[in-house]
Amino acid sequence: MSDSKTDSKTDIVIQNLLKRAAPGRGEFEDLVIVPLFAIAAALVLGALTMLATSVDPATIARSYLALLQGSVGSLNAISETLTAATPLILAGLGLALGFRAGLFNIGAEGQILMGGMAAVITGFSFPELPFYLLLPLCLLSGALTGAFYAGIAGWLRAATGAHEVISTIMLNLIAYRLIDYMLRLPFVQRSGRADPISKSIPDHAELPRLLEWIDPNLRVHAGVFLALAAVFFVYWLLFKTKLGFEFRASGASPDAARFAGIRSGMTIVLAMASAGALAGLAGSVQVLGVLDRVTPGFSAGIGFDAIAVALLGRSHPFGVLLAGLLFGGLEAGGRQMQVDAGVSIDLIGIIQALIIVFIAAPMLVRAIFPWGFRKPATVQGK
Amino acid sequence: MNFVGKKSAGIAAAVALFLASATAASAFTACQVTDTGGIDDNSFNQTAWKGVLDAKEKLGIEGRFLESQAETDYEANINSLLGGNCDVIITVGFLLGDATKKAAEANPEQKFSIVDYAYDPVVPNILGQVYATDEAAFLAGYLAAGMTKSGVLGVFGGINIPPVTIFMDGFHAGAAYYNEQKGASVSVLGWDPKAREGLFTNNFDSLDDGRAFAQNLYDEGADIIVPVAGPVGLGSATLAAELGPDKLKIIGVDADLYLTDPERKQVYLTSITKRMDATVFDVIKQAMDGKFEGGILLGSLASGGVDLAPFHDMEEAVPAELKQELEAIRAGIIDGSITVAPK
Repeated sequence: MSDSKTDSKTDIVIQNLLKRAAPGRGEFEDLVIVPLFAIAAALVLGALTMLATSVDPATIARSYLALLQGSVGSLNAISETLTAATPLILAGLGLALGFRAGLFNIGAEGQILMGGMAAVITGFSFPELPFYLLLPLCLLSGALTGAFYAGIAGWLRAATGAHEVISTIMLNLIAYRLIDYMLRLPFVQRSGRADPISKSIPDHAELPRLLEWIDPNLRVHAGVFLALAAVFFVYWLLFKTKLGFEFRASGASPDAARFAGIRSGMTIVLAMASAGALAGLAGSVQVLGVLDRVTPGFSAGIGFDAIAVALLGRSHPFGVLLAGLLFGGLEAGGRQMQVDAGVSIDLIGIIQALIIVFIAAPMLVRAIFPWGFRKPATVQGK
Repeated sequence: MNFVGKKSAGIAAAVALFLASATAASAFTACQVTDTGGIDDNSFNQTAWKGVLDAKEKLGIEGRFLESQAETDYEANINSLLGGNCDVIITVGFLLGDATKKAAEANPEQKFSIVDYAYDPVVPNILGQVYATDEAAFLAGYLAAGMTKSGVLGVFGGINIPPVTIFMDGFHAGAAYYNEQKGASVSVLGWDPKAREGLFTNNFDSLDDGRAFAQNLYDEGADIIVPVAGPVGLGSATLAAELGPDKLKIIGVDADLYLTDPERKQVYLTSITKRMDATVFDVIKQAMDGKFEGGILLGSLASGGVDLAPFHDMEEAVPAELKQELEAIRAGIIDGSITVAPK
């Protein structure tokens, strides 16, 4: 970045100036370069794993090609990627918000379940409402239920000091069983079925499919816009509002925040509730856009994948957006890998896990690819 | 590499052989979407996939499968096969019923077949494969009632859906028939055919649940247990293997588990087999021969679509008299003189 004539002293000055002007440079490396190398390293290790399980190199090449084709290679692939990414982004945003406030919320899965359930119940309870009222009402009830459910953990933390990691995990388990129970209630269970499955929502409560006019098999739905709007909303909330500042201050240093007059208890409850609202929205979007009903397994681990998405996105709304798209692509592409190359879907899980391992250890990535990063200024200085 | 080479050479040879009789054979592709248990569950999905493998071997077709990891995958998996040039798409399991119907209606040209689901009214491009599993389960119930020492039998299911509960109905009715004939009082825990309620793990993949449910039934006195939950039953078998088959025996479902689960083969009294491999093979053959038609394909005791597996190691333990009675009941079920419906 500095030309060769400049001596190293000026170089440091320039760098410091740059740092002040654009504090994002280090962040840029963390946000973009580390993940890129992490993905590359994970793919290489994934290939080695396949080799180790006696998959021949031609099949490995074909499977990575299928991964690419299945995630971005066609209109259907892009549609599938976006469909898979939508709930991950929403739930991931919620978790990111919690992480920023210093809350390690493991409860997205339960919040998704409760939110989705509420959205479905609202949907089939008021079928006579027109869609412009019913759809927002479904989404709202999903978000509020998610917020309430996460709020329990927030309140427990604020009032009793119960750690949110424990309480959210426990609330997940409660949510699983609560859904099982609710799905057997006569007013929820689909008539004529003995298994736990809810009634379907009316067609006009569904999030409209965006590309149905091209091909009825394209599943991408209007929830994508909701996820995108949520990205900007969370960015605004976190970085442009007083409440967001309080979240971040509490996350950075709870003691300092308290001395600065931020009510920590209130902040915890609010942060958890906002996170839960987003997760509840993720659940609602999933049932209103994709499934149109609730079954016990409908959350499908999205709440746990979203933790990875939030971490991968460095808890930044735009990072979460990219990470969600990546995970959505891996899911859609993984399916194609199975179809085209006959490689096990479990391998995709391994590659995802490898990516997370590398992202979680940026030092490792920097050590493997030293030429990919700017050297720290202290090394250049005298 | 070498192995793969040999295998593909074998396939190529089979294809070449078949090309002589049917020119379109090499292009025919059967695709399967599994339920969440996975393709290697030793039972439900694996048996259905075996039908494709058999067709691969005997008819020289191509076969592909997609595993569903969660219920959200069903529709997506079926969709991704739509673009994959499948001549017939076979979905495995009742829970895929809605997704299959949706895809079939959106793609009327595509042939579908589903295991364990019958559509009413018939969807013209779906052939439903259904099984009179209660006929074979009835035999198993009678057998178990004749074999139990404690007088208590146990059964539990995966999810409360018809293709699962039909096993439990038949088993319950078989044991009741034994009581009626012998004036015995063998009880069956885990299923109430009148209330349609019973023990369910609510999943088809947790081996831990299989173990825990079997433990509960064992603690209640059951010495023969039928887990109707795909791979979940392997957890029950593990418990039985630890306790020893004298204390707890397992009756397998779907496949002959003595053969598919050799590590724990000593615990299986028998298995209630549901020959999904046979019906899947038939569907593929029909589709290849251009005889495919929407509707229902029924596997029964008479057609061999459902049956009781051999006793294998337990052959000695089952009294000859009981075997004869079972033969008589089998004949009675086939000719209709014995009804297997729950009373």
